[in-house]
Amino acid sequence: MPLGRVLQYVAIVLFMIFLAFPLLFLFTTAFKSQRELQSPDPQLLPAQWNLDNFTAAIDRANLIQAAGNSLIVALVTTLIVVAVSLPAAYALARFRTRLRKLATGWILLSQVFPFILIIVPLYLMLQPLGLGNSLGGLVVVYVVWSLPFALWMLQGYVASIPVDLEEAGAMDGAPKWRVLVSIVLPLLAPGLVATSLFAFIGSWNEFFFALVLIKDEALQTLPQRLALFVGAEGQVQLGQLAAASLLAAIPSLLFFALIQRRLTSGLLSGAVKG
Amino acid sequence: MSAVDVVVAERRLTRRSRFGPERGAWLLFLPAMLPILVFSVWPLLQGIALGFTNATAARNATVEFTGVENYVELAGYELFWNSFGIGLIWAFSVTIIQFFASLSLALLLNANLWGQGIARTLALIPWAMPPVIIAIMWRLMLHPTYGAVNGGLGAVGLPDSINWLGQASTALPAAIVVGVWAGMPQTTITLLAGLQGVNAELHEAAQIDGAGTWQRFFSVTLPALRPVIIAITTLDFINNFNSFALVYVLTAGAWGTMLPMLFAYNEAFRYGNFGLASAMGNVIVIVIAIFLFFYLRSQARGREA
Repeated sequence: MPLGRVLQYVAIVLFMIFLAFPLLFLFTTAFKSQRELQSPDPQLLPAQWNLDNFTAAIDRANLIQAAGNSLIVALVTTLIVVAVSLPAAYALARFRTRLRKLATGWILLSQVFPFILIIVPLYLMLQPLGLGNSLGGLVVVYVVWSLPFALWMLQGYVASIPVDLEEAGAMDGAPKWRVLVSIVLPLLAPGLVATSLFAFIGSWNEFFFALVLIKDEALQTLPQRLALFVGAEGQVQLGQLAAASLLAAIPSLLFFALIQRRLTSGLLSGAVKG
Repeated sequence: MSAVDVVVAERRLTRRSRFGPERGAWLLFLPAMLPILVFSVWPLLQGIALGFTNATAARNATVEFTGVENYVELAGYELFWNSFGIGLIWAFSVTIIQFFASLSLALLLNANLWGQGIARTLALIPWAMPPVIIAIMWRLMLHPTYGAVNGGLGAVGLPDSINWLGQASTALPAAIVVGVWAGMPQTTITLLAGLQGVNAELHEAAQIDGAGTWQRFFSVTLPALRPVIIAITTLDFINNFNSFALVYVLTAGAWGTMLPMLFAYNEAFRYGNFGLASAMGNVIVIVIAIFLFFYLRSQARGREA
């Protein structure tokens, strides 16, 4: 093998270690005993894999409750986002109105504007509506926060369905709504699943809005609870922190493992066509 | 996902639809438009307006229009500008380091090496993780006695008891490394996508003309990649300047890591100065708008070319 190739392999392996090692470290930490975590000479792998940290973290950080809150918020958000963006995405993809330009501008803007500017007015708005310090308020914020991107994704999927299919259906005399339900909707299913997953994971991982809006401990979301758990690191054991984090990361990791092939190939083919 | 995809996709969608403009479109759009208008556009306008008032968190306090008073106060608010400076250092460092690291990784992933698939999958890991958990994970990595970073340093005979996140000389550099780690996958994949769009024939032609690897990189690859590079670095810069969760959990802004978002958050929700915090938001938006302006202009130029 020529020297250039060898160096390339060395470089790529170093990158892989840099990117993957922290997760491995989190993983092994979660299974270590308290004695090992305090050892002056820590080893990478636990001497004995044990689950104590997981049970203790679930107990102490009250993870079940927080996970329940996160699950409710993420599920309701996803349902609303999909229901609301489905017709809008269709309109966006099929009709070339001024709306499309406006929506594109808004989607771009929503990706870059600092949340600090919107959070104070939202905080003030949600109080009188009885939505301050409530999961409902969080859902409202997450819906508007994930809508632009969901809209964008979905309209892409609609645009990829040939218009001819709809026209063929219409010629057979079926009313418009039937064409939509029986021809477009089934073809859109993969897109709906992908969009839902993105909305779900986005809400599941979100931290800033939860931190500002949720004051009751019983209503805290999982990332919020974990961040506060860190604040008490002095008393909290590292192993429990690692175990709790690992559990909270599972949905996102699973999701990306599921879609990673399509994610990369989709992005890659998109750019080639561009 | 990022705004880059939006821009790229929008450019691709030039084919005219057979549907043409229609009134019904607005009706279909309404269920999405209403929440956006009520809970997104309206608060955004309010946020801009709040920056010109003396609003506070105190209940029943009257909110008065105070004009540019907040901005006069901000002008002399040294801590804010300090934090603004930290934000600029953070955003520039993360963006630039991330760019060079991602470009090297993308070139490697594009070079037909054995094990590419695994490498690509592993490279996505940081993307799949919530920022709060990334921060917790790196706190473990950077822990003074337990952490793997000091462990690795000790193994090769270097000083191994550095309190990375607990002192002013190392906290920001350490946070920058974490920021790079968290942002690399997206930048890498975007650049990789750009690389795969580079015309292979041009490469071959250059090779036949006797251009070496480096020459081909600088005269063929880099120019072709220019629009992607401008897009991804601008958006990375804006996103990094807007960072919150990562640094909040890493250091909570201690030891010289008080990013502008953390500062404004404290001003609003710790000290209850809603008006002043919104004014900070306005200043931040102006900076971002300037970057966005240059970005959109370069995009428009790219389209004409």
